[in-house]
Amino acid sequence: MSEIIESVKNLSIGFNSQKGKQISILRNVSTNIKKGETVGIVGESGSGKSTLALAMMGYIKQGLFPLKGECLFKSEDLLKMSSRQLEKIRGRKIAMIPQNAGQALTPNLKIGYQIDEALRLHTDLNKTERDKKISELLNKVRLPSPETMAFRYPHELSGGQQQRVAVAMALAGKPDLLLLDEPTTGLDVTTQAHVLELLRFIAKDTGTSMIYVSHDLGAIAQVSDRIVVMYAGEIVLEGPARKILKEPIHPYTYGLLKSIPKLSLAGLPASMPGSQPQPGSINEGCSFYDRCNLATDHCKKNTPDLEHIKELNTNVRCFNHNELINQNNNLQTSITKKSNNSEAIEVLKLKDVSISYAKQKFFDQLLNKISDQNPTVKDINIDIKKGETIALVGESGSGKSTILKSIAGLLKTKDGQIKFENDRILSSNLKMRNPNDLRAIQLIFQNPDESLNPNHTVEQILSQPLKLYFNLSGEELKKNIIDLLKKVRLGEFYMSRYPRQLSGGEKQRVAVARAFAAKPDIILCDEVTSALDVSVQAAVLNLLQQLKEDLGTTYVFVSHDLAVVRAISDRVAVLYQGRLCEIGPSQNVYKFPSHPYTEVLLGAVLEPDPDIKPKLVAEDIVEEKPPEKGCSFQGRCPRKIGDICNLEVPPWQIGENGNAIRCHINIDELASLQQ
Amino acid sequence: MLLLILKRIGLGLITLFIVSLITFVGVEVLPGDACTTYLEREAYGSALDACIKRLGLDVPAYERYLEWASNVVRGDFGYSLSGEMPINEVLGPRVKNSLVLASVSILIGIPLAIVLGIITALWRDKLPDIMISTITIFSMTIPEFISATLLILIVAIWLGWLPGIVIIPSDATFYELLSNIILPVVAISMIMTAHMARMVRSSVIQVMASDYVQMAILKGVPYWKMVFRHVLPNALLPAINVVALTIAWLLGGVVVTEVVFNYPGLGRLVIESISNRDLPVVQALAIILASIYVGINLIADLMTLMLNPRLKSLQIRK
Repeated sequence: MSEIIESVKNLSIGFNSQKGKQISILRNVSTNIKKGETVGIVGESGSGKSTLALAMMGYIKQGLFPLKGECLFKSEDLLKMSSRQLEKIRGRKIAMIPQNAGQALTPNLKIGYQIDEALRLHTDLNKTERDKKISELLNKVRLPSPETMAFRYPHELSGGQQQRVAVAMALAGKPDLLLLDEPTTGLDVTTQAHVLELLRFIAKDTGTSMIYVSHDLGAIAQVSDRIVVMYAGEIVLEGPARKILKEPIHPYTYGLLKSIPKLSLAGLPASMPGSQPQPGSINEGCSFYDRCNLATDHCKKNTPDLEHIKELNTNVRCFNHNELINQNNNLQTSITKKSNNSEAIEVLKLKDVSISYAKQKFFDQLLNKISDQNPTVKDINIDIKKGETIALVGESGSGKSTILKSIAGLLKTKDGQIKFENDRILSSNLKMRNPNDLRAIQLIFQNPDESLNPNHTVEQILSQPLKLYFNLSGEELKKNIIDLLKKVRLGEFYMSRYPRQLSGGEKQRVAVARAFAAKPDIILCDEVTSALDVSVQAAVLNLLQQLKEDLGTTYVFVSHDLAVVRAISDRVAVLYQGRLCEIGPSQNVYKFPSHPYTEVLLGAVLEPDPDIKPKLVAEDIVEEKPPEKGCSFQGRCPRKIGDICNLEVPPWQIGENGNAIRCHINIDELASLQQ
Repeated sequence: MLLLILKRIGLGLITLFIVSLITFVGVEVLPGDACTTYLEREAYGSALDACIKRLGLDVPAYERYLEWASNVVRGDFGYSLSGEMPINEVLGPRVKNSLVLASVSILIGIPLAIVLGIITALWRDKLPDIMISTITIFSMTIPEFISATLLILIVAIWLGWLPGIVIIPSDATFYELLSNIILPVVAISMIMTAHMARMVRSSVIQVMASDYVQMAILKGVPYWKMVFRHVLPNALLPAINVVALTIAWLLGGVVVTEVVFNYPGLGRLVIESISNRDLPVVQALAIILASIYVGINLIADLMTLMLNPRLKSLQIRK
């Protein structure tokens, strides 16, 4: 048994409600962190995982206060310390790596100053020693040119670099315990894999204990020795990482793992019904009772305790956990989609589409000169068949949302044509499109909080497209709204609700219903599940698939998440820097041979399985502009063959599986290289 | 950076040009002209003709505009109608008076506002905040003509400490001015400070809730150090533009306060010359006030650019 660094004992944290009632958002949490150990705390939004992590630094957010229990760091209670005492511990003994480093670095201070600040506070080094230490730290987190990096401002760095700076800052005080609050959320897949790799290296190199808080079981699986699963402010399952991920004996964890789309599985993940209970709404019984398919009457009346299972070395809060033992084979299953009965009619064609964000200069406009020779998106040729789901996938800056916007008519194309039904050219100007074309193409946005008007009820939101496109009113309008709600599995009583009275998943359902209200032929989905929790994401994916099977809609699905794309799409187009790299049926794109960029992306995906490690084949450099000549991926390609890549645009090659790859390397050679 | 400054100055000059056009055209389309106004009932026959000839109103409007504009550029606003004095002589003491009133108010009001704003934000919902916020909201809501009148009643009439109205010769020294302007300064500062303190308060509160402040706390930065290094530079940036507008408002003349205290500043001159229909003076004032606004906003924009590293590198990259 190694030494325990921090121990949380019976901790409850809560707030006073407006009615003066005490409501706890963290209930009776106890756990120990050992020296050198990495503990993953996982849970969906609202599970209390961040509150727990911050409490472990003695920090309680404004409005909250500890109700009972203690956080013992080296047997001293952090929650009872004065701020003077805490300043001596924070950054020196326990350091934090925040979720969004871009917002967590002070904008008006240079990187070097912010690291230097930590060094001044927590070490006795003099100025020259500190300067040396700063470049050492920047070097350690593998930032390019650490000498000049110190003189930059946070906004001058990319997201991955900012996150590395935050890591360097946390390491400055040589802490015993590192607290990581969703440190890779919001980063691109390849960047995320690189940052995780760095964190793993640091844990091993320095022997620091880590607490890794995340909603992403994929990331947790890569770093953790032990996993704590939180639900509604309680620990429901706790044990060795491998056991939790491979043999989850709590129904919530089991459901959560099943709802994650996996690269190795075609078909949709199973969704978990319902949503997490609101704080304060549970009076008696198990907090997971409403959503559990193992629940009995006993669970409704009695609250389960955290029970220790000796043979698994696991703590579990469930009466019926025995039923889940040896159920692990079922984890690797998914719901098969109906094969797409696309009738091979092409409903939308993108022909040589280029889009440029560069504003034409006034004089160039007068001379009718095209100023931008290197547009953001170039040479896009995609034919979309009726009834298929085509996914556009790539990292940020790949132009996937840009293409979606120009199909919707929100962004003008520079060159090329968008053809709709029978090769009719759609104007790239929204105002020039006829009302029927506007109706036929609908858009669902990433964040339903921003796409639904907060001052409109669900009824008003849904009645707008019905009034606009079909001139409905009175009883008929109401009947249609109820039908739409039924389609997205929401009851009639939702009509009078405002968006703020809905959960994230419910809001996105309303957004889906609004898109379907127009009876569209094509729905453009822009990262529609990225803002949702995994279990909700699975439900929305299943809903979209069901609606498509019933109504024969065509989806253009934009996402950065390769596993989600694998689950929902029939065909995949991989984009890099606004240029197509690979396009083909999804089962083939996920098999080799792949375009080197697809290979990099696939390698970086984090699976919720400690045995599948990401393969890091390319650097996570951020390129600001596509190269002017040659292959778009030349700057990062691990398989670059020479000057030809820099000078000539690679040709399309079609593999025997039907996926087209744009690369200078012969497709058969690619296949043998990637085996 | 230099290019950017030149560009902003150019834009400012264009604004001034448009303002001058609008005022000139505005005066031009009003019924009657300078002569009918000046001569009043005698505006007929040979007297009128003579006046028109003397003021050069018989030449086409655009020629008159060009002549007026070129004189203005050289700093000559022409003659006022009422006293037939050179406008520069009319304006001179008024500008000086306004400048004194404004700068004293600024020197007292702005630092006070920033300090009060910071105190209320850092002790949010605690006693200092509740007390100061009540006072600021109170002084924000009372119109200045009431607060000014009350000040005269209490301080000048009941207590007799200070003169109630300002009577100063045009060649008064700065020191003489100072004792006379205490009450106007208090009246102006009350309202100005209250507005700005509220703004600083909400800005500081917003920054205090940001991720980087939480990060600084979790890094172990002591409280006051955090406030001065991480909070204030970011919270006070948006205040620069508000300060600029306030300064411009003060220099442009605080009409109501000047009238109540009988203070001979630019604000009262505006009222007087409008009611006398002294159109050349109105024109001159419009140009001067517009220049003040353009100039001060230009300075504020450049300061924001210099102090905000984000904007600075954005501009340089362009």
